[in-house]
Amino acid sequence: MTTTIPTKRSPKSTNGSRAGTTSRSTVRSSRADRTYDAIVVGGGHNGLVNGAYLAKAGLKTLIIERREFVGGAAITEELRPGFWFTTFSYALSLLRPDIIHDLELTKHGFMPLLMSTLFAPGENGDYLLLGQDHGENIREIARHSKHDADAYEQYNHDIEMVCQAIKPVMDMVPPDIFSDDPEEWLALARLGNRFKKLDKRTLHNTVRLLTGSAADFLDDYFDNDLIKGYLASSSIIGTKVGPRSQGSGLVLLYHNVGEHDGIFGSWAFHKKGNGGFTQVLSRAAQAFGAEIVLESPVDSIITKNGQATGVALKDGSEYYADTVVSSLDPRRTFLELVNPRELPDDLVENIQRFRFQGTSSKVNFALDGIPNFPPLGQKPDHFRGFTNIGPSMDYLERAYDDAKYGWYSQNPYIDMAIQSTIDADMAPPGKHVMSCFIQYTPYKLRESDWDTEKENLGDTVQRTLENYFPGFGNLVLQREVRTPLDIERTVGLSEGNIFAGEFFAPQMFFFRPAPGWSQYRTPIDGYYQCGSGTHPGGCVTGGPGKLAAGQILKDRAKSGSKARATSRA
Amino acid sequence: MIRKTPFHERTNALNETQLWSHWSGTLAANRYQVSDKMEYFAVRNAAGVFDSSPLYKYRITGKDAEAFLSGILARDIRACPAGHAQYTCWLDDSGYVIEDGVILHTAKDEYLLTSAEPNHAYFGDRIGRHDVTIEDVSDDLGTLALQGPRSRDLLKKLVPQMEKIPYFGVAKGEIGGAGVTVSRTGYSGDLGYEVWIDTPDALHVWDTLWDSMEGHGVLPFGLAALEMLRIEAGLLLMEADFDSSRYAWNDAHRSTPIELGWGWMFKDLKGDDRAFIGRKALEREVADKTSRWAMRGLILDWQDYDRVYNEAGLIPPKDHTPVLEDWMLYDDEYKRVGYATSLMYSPMLQRHIAIARVRPDLGKIGSKVNLETTVNHQYELVAANVARLPLYNPERKTA
Repeated sequence: MTTTIPTKRSPKSTNGSRAGTTSRSTVRSSRADRTYDAIVVGGGHNGLVNGAYLAKAGLKTLIIERREFVGGAAITEELRPGFWFTTFSYALSLLRPDIIHDLELTKHGFMPLLMSTLFAPGENGDYLLLGQDHGENIREIARHSKHDADAYEQYNHDIEMVCQAIKPVMDMVPPDIFSDDPEEWLALARLGNRFKKLDKRTLHNTVRLLTGSAADFLDDYFDNDLIKGYLASSSIIGTKVGPRSQGSGLVLLYHNVGEHDGIFGSWAFHKKGNGGFTQVLSRAAQAFGAEIVLESPVDSIITKNGQATGVALKDGSEYYADTVVSSLDPRRTFLELVNPRELPDDLVENIQRFRFQGTSSKVNFALDGIPNFPPLGQKPDHFRGFTNIGPSMDYLERAYDDAKYGWYSQNPYIDMAIQSTIDADMAPPGKHVMSCFIQYTPYKLRESDWDTEKENLGDTVQRTLENYFPGFGNLVLQREVRTPLDIERTVGLSEGNIFAGEFFAPQMFFFRPAPGWSQYRTPIDGYYQCGSGTHPGGCVTGGPGKLAAGQILKDRAKSGSKARATSRA
Repeated sequence: MIRKTPFHERTNALNETQLWSHWSGTLAANRYQVSDKMEYFAVRNAAGVFDSSPLYKYRITGKDAEAFLSGILARDIRACPAGHAQYTCWLDDSGYVIEDGVILHTAKDEYLLTSAEPNHAYFGDRIGRHDVTIEDVSDDLGTLALQGPRSRDLLKKLVPQMEKIPYFGVAKGEIGGAGVTVSRTGYSGDLGYEVWIDTPDALHVWDTLWDSMEGHGVLPFGLAALEMLRIEAGLLLMEADFDSSRYAWNDAHRSTPIELGWGWMFKDLKGDDRAFIGRKALEREVADKTSRWAMRGLILDWQDYDRVYNEAGLIPPKDHTPVLEDWMLYDDEYKRVGYATSLMYSPMLQRHIAIARVRPDLGKIGSKVNLETTVNHQYELVAANVARLPLYNPERKTA
């Protein structure tokens, strides 16, 4: 038995340290005690980032979380003694690097562990196994296709050039193209100028990826199905597209524009999963002075004369601030927390047609040992990173076909991660936890519902895994299925969309979440949005939280210190 | 013929890369896995095992052992009772550092000293009338370092007294029935231990230890990962951060212990009446303030680092692989104010860091200097702040 797991509690505990947080039973009662400079609704990673930046800037900040721990969709739960499940979100890459520095996250335990392998089992015992040695990887690709060996180098280089070009976009407030403000047009011109400087190939590749399909792009480089299947897999994550759908290129690009430890396009497991990461954020936010209250579902934003003045909780109690930030998704931010009648019609209409269409699920396992892949044996070496069950583009496209017509994939795409192979704190010695990201599992099922199909989905996934890892079922100690409906119910993400809104071009950048409202403000004074439904969008980027904080602080500076003086009185 | 350590049979089987360095004429794994960073993270997040057997080891015994060492070693060995270890150094008459090493006070009148280079003649020639014997036991003992947050829990399963052993403590125990000495020391800046094993028992002890750690995320680690760990830990490496005064060609290549940041070894010098080699020079240096350098950490300004690359149209490279070269440091007037000797991108700090020496007036924590690097084959300056060593210093190291 391991003795080093820091917090060992009964099953169904989380890695949430509650030090410094307040649960509902201890909330204060006087109005002055309940008055803050800023209130952030939602303690997901963007809420925490936003609250931390505001607190760092000296604002008396309160972060209100509905659940008994923070983290939102980035949580790690001990569902079985010693087994820590990354219930939903499970890897890091797109986190904006300046957040690590600005919020001093390394002081609070930030630790992105290197995933050293990419393993893509194919059909009939074939497989692609990439590791940390570049030359060895090229040989491995050549084993499948001599043509694809240097094509892979060219592809990576071309993708890097595109990523380098668009990377600054990830860190900027989208210019308001509907504004007459010359500053906005200047920002737009600067952006245009950046793309104007690109060479023809890179600019063309950028446009192809932003508008076209991943399949078209990949077909230009590669012959081999397994390689294409692996690369195309990142073009469908969290979005209701197949690799052959126009628009899948954008999703592919998005998943390559991150970095970890300064390595472009690479992904990492944070120590103790993404819940470990949000605990780091929580400690950082509190170190800057932010307060966190738990188990406090927010009912609505309180407004007076078109100005936000606080929030009302479901239990009827209230907190007050002239700056209120919603980290919830656009539907909840605009249609639930406030009365849509207070908003312009076009905004309401745009939010109503903003697409969520959750298509992803999680199936997590506690395992008695490492799965057996007969050609490579039963050992952890090839599982020290993502394991990609998506052996060809046809496979992925057929998986999508099921979803198009309202059913979940009978041969689903699975992104497996046995995090305990690189973080021994996740499972007892010799045992493992395995996170499986599943697609496609549409939120709306034809002629059934997720309460009925939940465990059938689990069986489908397990059956699929059994094809690649014979005897897999015998290793399963516990299984946890989290459908889009569970995601919606547990985390609050509408329709269970993991990005708080799909990655479609008309829902990105200038238009995220709605034309004219991409700069984190809302039509209600003092009410802001900072969730993944705003730019730069989903995944654990923290970008919305950070950029929104910048806007809030700018607005407060403009309006002077009047508000602060009253709230602190 | 290149030599092998007593653990070679096992380390060879584990070395997937078959990359070896020649360390003191002995094969030492550069890295076992393709990725040295995996090994580094094993140490920072679980534990790692390092074969440090190629170090020179001397057993110093006799009733005058303490008196002898008091005159040879610059740090006061009398402050190190039996059952303790000390990080120490020895100086020449001019007060320059000959070498550094760890000395274990294993029993009354018995010490075990490690050094990077052979020192048998140097010590032996200075015995004089002391009743002291110095044996080179380099071949008689294999040493394994077990480093990382899990090291204590793993080791105490085999050697229960590890539970209580303090930082720089030494204890005897048994692993798999074989007698071993364990010191709570290491070169990683983390919680960690070093196990001293009689050569004939080496493989048996390795097997017992290795088997007991299965499933705990423990990896063997090589010199590449060690290099990363020791830079974060602010531990100096001879021939990288300083040179031995014995073989230096001139004083530009020599350093005093004060210049290397070891002034803390002499904080009780006034109440210490030893006549050790280099004492007078050391006292003069302190009194006359003649130190040329202050050894410090550097943390590169990440925004400035990104800026110089972005302006050149490049993705800023952030490579964890240490570069052990002279990196020039300048002030804002482009006047040279020091040099860094070990530079890397630190995964734990998410910054480029370095071990550097700066002009003493810039030794103040937070002072700004500029590190010269090359971007697109041209010199560029990157702002950096002077920081305290160690740069990474987890509480568990000494707790």
